[in-house]
Amino acid sequence: MRWLRAHLVGIAGLLVMSYMLIPNLVVILFSFNKPAGHYNYQWQQFSTDAWTNPCGTPGICDSLGLSLQIGFIATVVATILGTMIAFAISRHRFRGRSSTNLLIFLPMATPEVVMGSSLLTLFIAMGIAPGTPTILIAHILFCMSFVVVTVKARIASLDPRLEQAAADLFANPFQAFVRVTLPLVAPGIAAGALLAFSLSFDDYIITNFNASPSSVTFPMYVWGAAQRGTPVQINVIGTVMFLAALLLVAGGQLISNRRAKAAA
Amino acid sequence: MVGQLVEGPVTGQLPQRARRNYTPYLLLLPGMAWLVLFFVVPMISLFSQSLQTGNVETGYVMTWNFQTYVDALSQFWPHFVRSLVFAGTATLFALLLAYPLAYFMAQKSGRWKNILLVLVIAPFFTSFLIRTLAWQTILSDNGPVVAFARAIHFTDLLQLMHLTSNDSLMNSPFAVMAGLTYNFLPFMILPLYASLERLDHGLIEAAGDLYANPAETFWKVTWPLSLPGVVGGTLLTFIPAAGDFINARLLGNTNTVMIGQVIDSEFLRVQDYAVAAALSFVLMLMITTMVAVYVRRAGTEELV
Amino acid sequence: MTESTSGDLRLTGVTKTYDTFTAVDQLDLVIPRGSFFALLGPSGCGKTTTLRMVAGLDQPTIGQIWIGEQDITHKKAYQRNVNTVFQSYALFPHLSVLDNVAFGLRRRKVSDHKAKAMEALELVQLAHIAKKKPGQLSGGMQQRVALARAIVNRPDVLLLDEPLGALDLKLRRQMQIELKQIQSEVGLTFVHVTHDQEEAMTMADTIAVMNGGRLEQVGDPATLYEHPKSTFVANFLGQSNLLKATVTSRAGSIAELDVHGVNLRLPVERLKETTTELWLGVRPEKLRLVEAGSADGGPGAENRLTGVVTDASFTGLATNYLVHLPWGQEIMVVQQNDGTHPALRGSQVTLGWAPEHGFALNASQDAHAGAQDQADDSGAI
Repeated sequence: MRWLRAHLVGIAGLLVMSYMLIPNLVVILFSFNKPAGHYNYQWQQFSTDAWTNPCGTPGICDSLGLSLQIGFIATVVATILGTMIAFAISRHRFRGRSSTNLLIFLPMATPEVVMGSSLLTLFIAMGIAPGTPTILIAHILFCMSFVVVTVKARIASLDPRLEQAAADLFANPFQAFVRVTLPLVAPGIAAGALLAFSLSFDDYIITNFNASPSSVTFPMYVWGAAQRGTPVQINVIGTVMFLAALLLVAGGQLISNRRAKAAA
Repeated sequence: MVGQLVEGPVTGQLPQRARRNYTPYLLLLPGMAWLVLFFVVPMISLFSQSLQTGNVETGYVMTWNFQTYVDALSQFWPHFVRSLVFAGTATLFALLLAYPLAYFMAQKSGRWKNILLVLVIAPFFTSFLIRTLAWQTILSDNGPVVAFARAIHFTDLLQLMHLTSNDSLMNSPFAVMAGLTYNFLPFMILPLYASLERLDHGLIEAAGDLYANPAETFWKVTWPLSLPGVVGGTLLTFIPAAGDFINARLLGNTNTVMIGQVIDSEFLRVQDYAVAAALSFVLMLMITTMVAVYVRRAGTEELV
Repeated sequence: MTESTSGDLRLTGVTKTYDTFTAVDQLDLVIPRGSFFALLGPSGCGKTTTLRMVAGLDQPTIGQIWIGEQDITHKKAYQRNVNTVFQSYALFPHLSVLDNVAFGLRRRKVSDHKAKAMEALELVQLAHIAKKKPGQLSGGMQQRVALARAIVNRPDVLLLDEPLGALDLKLRRQMQIELKQIQSEVGLTFVHVTHDQEEAMTMADTIAVMNGGRLEQVGDPATLYEHPKSTFVANFLGQSNLLKATVTSRAGSIAELDVHGVNLRLPVERLKETTTELWLGVRPEKLRLVEAGSADGGPGAENRLTGVVTDASFTGLATNYLVHLPWGQEIMVVQQNDGTHPALRGSQVTLGWAPEHGFALNASQDAHAGAQDQADDSGAI
């Protein structure tokens, strides 16, 4: 009983953790299912069919490809623009600081429905047809703010005296930036890029508002499938995503731990 | 040392000669231009759309028709209320669930801290839709969870509270709220964790040294100091939850329609752009008001 | 590549003001080439600001900075032939020790930077850790890497910003000696900023004492110590007893002074011609406990004061006394532990010292200026 009280927080914590992970485990489990009908709700029998034939269902791999493409481009652009903003805010004084902060924050606080629908009204008013370009524009928009936050946090943890030391050692501002600042901020930029990619890849609502029948991204495919019938391949891809995410995040942690030890 | 107090612009920049420094403006220009063009302008466009009349075939004309707002709100106010209630409940439960986990990770997990962090963040990176679909499987009528819930009369309790209309867990308000809580839990955990990690464990020991029991220590020391994280997490959870419709669509029924679904269908199915825009704008206003209250208290530097 | 400059470091009229606050006020200073120079003063006196202006990390509001014949005032930090050892070391955490040390050489496109960097590491006896990262080193090792990183560039001036502050006592003492040796071996101009007067006196050939943005006095350690020109310097370097005195007569080489009714002597050359009122200063270690009642304390103790011991602290090396004088002032006496019996608290003692060990300071100055611990009262009533 005493043990229970002392470890109450830990037990509660672990219970919550399980609550969070169970759906992922269900996804993994049911990727090995061979459902009787269109929907994958009930366990029928173990089968690796879906794993051996991941692109079996028509459209699924095309949508995956489109999502990856959009994700990649959106990540690159959002990371570059976001990093520039982060440096501007962290390292310089300028007028309009609070409006800038607010404008960067608002996209993160806006419900996706509002953001998606407002972009739609803009494109309608401008006469631009929805499709892949509009999806791209929308994705870059909402990813940027998250990149700013991530990179800004990393810049804040940087010792400003390191740049002074670089100047003291004959590095002009450009050299100091490339040789000292950038390598040290790189992990933050990488984290921001990762975040941007996952946000872009996973987005349904905003994408849906700005897409056309010919530009089906993976989330849109899944949504459609949820109405028609959920092929097991969806679980396969879900599992792969989960494992890839685990590896990436775990890898990132390992690298930052090693750096932390070296810099301690 | 005096010399270290002033180092030119904000932090650590080499002092420039006394001329206008254009670097920050150049750095900000592309990104901020993008934000203005694709965020601010659309908001204006949204507002303008809400005041127009017409339809998709004949086109829209600006008529400053505020009546649209009245009509839209009188028809859909239950959905607004329902969304706020669902989101609020989900946020509350998220807080109740997240706090112990965040506390455990921040203060007590020691070597396991990084592993736990990975386990919290990783699900966040996998498809939102797929995970919600998994809840369909978990709560499905023929699954073990429902059987267990029926056995302990949990379903009866839920029926009493009108959280479900028959003895199933799926397609019910309960399922929607459970899904919302689940999906936005990481948004509550991470800010809380960040706040609690910064908490100096020495303060808790000091409280004990000054005769506070664990409950008092929590309410008088831990909780107040973690408030920034609580507020941050609450905002980050409530706001997207209020506008969400994926959970409602996949896990609910026709009586659990949230405002997000209404906006989506008004835009993409009914194609009544004016009403849809009006509803969207009202939702935006509600959210902005909440953010404004927060900013008034805490300023803008901590936002980003 | 910047042209090589050589020669003394000169600051002419250097001033640094921030809005309402003047950190450095009209500083005129010449630091001879190849010397080990210390800028000494309490926190906020402007020494670090001065250092940063020489490094190029801050700009003077008015004034010029010269190295030899070259005016470097408006040169950026990376264009100057000046390197700094930072207080926090500021080693680049993402580069190895060797890459850190070679950093400046590579920016200057020096061809054999690796060899030169290894040479510098050998100078500070850290060649064996060339591949390690700064995070894996102890404070003392980081400090030496920072030193190597600056020295390897053979700058015209090497600036050290309180580099030993974070080290423990023993290590600090050791580094003080090492730094002196390295400086004489390499022959560069070292400018060492510190608030620790003992450190400055140990290491430097010349010390400039700064207070409130201004120079108090510049000179070698012995001169500053034995012949301070202001109460600030007298109290900041070591400790001083200051007695209010009036000149009663000047006969030949000795001046007679009246100190609260007691007749004391001082060599005439210590006084200005017009002085009538002064602070008579004498260091605690110059005061000796002598036999009470003897006609004079013998040679070397012509000046005598009597008082009562109010505190006696044995510190191993010496015994520190506080002696209460008849007019209410308490002065400090430090008696080396040479085997003589220490005086007890409450006992009546006679103190003697040689007149040439006294110094005169302007009576209008604050007797407490520069005093660093609150416990003592080296002031006068």
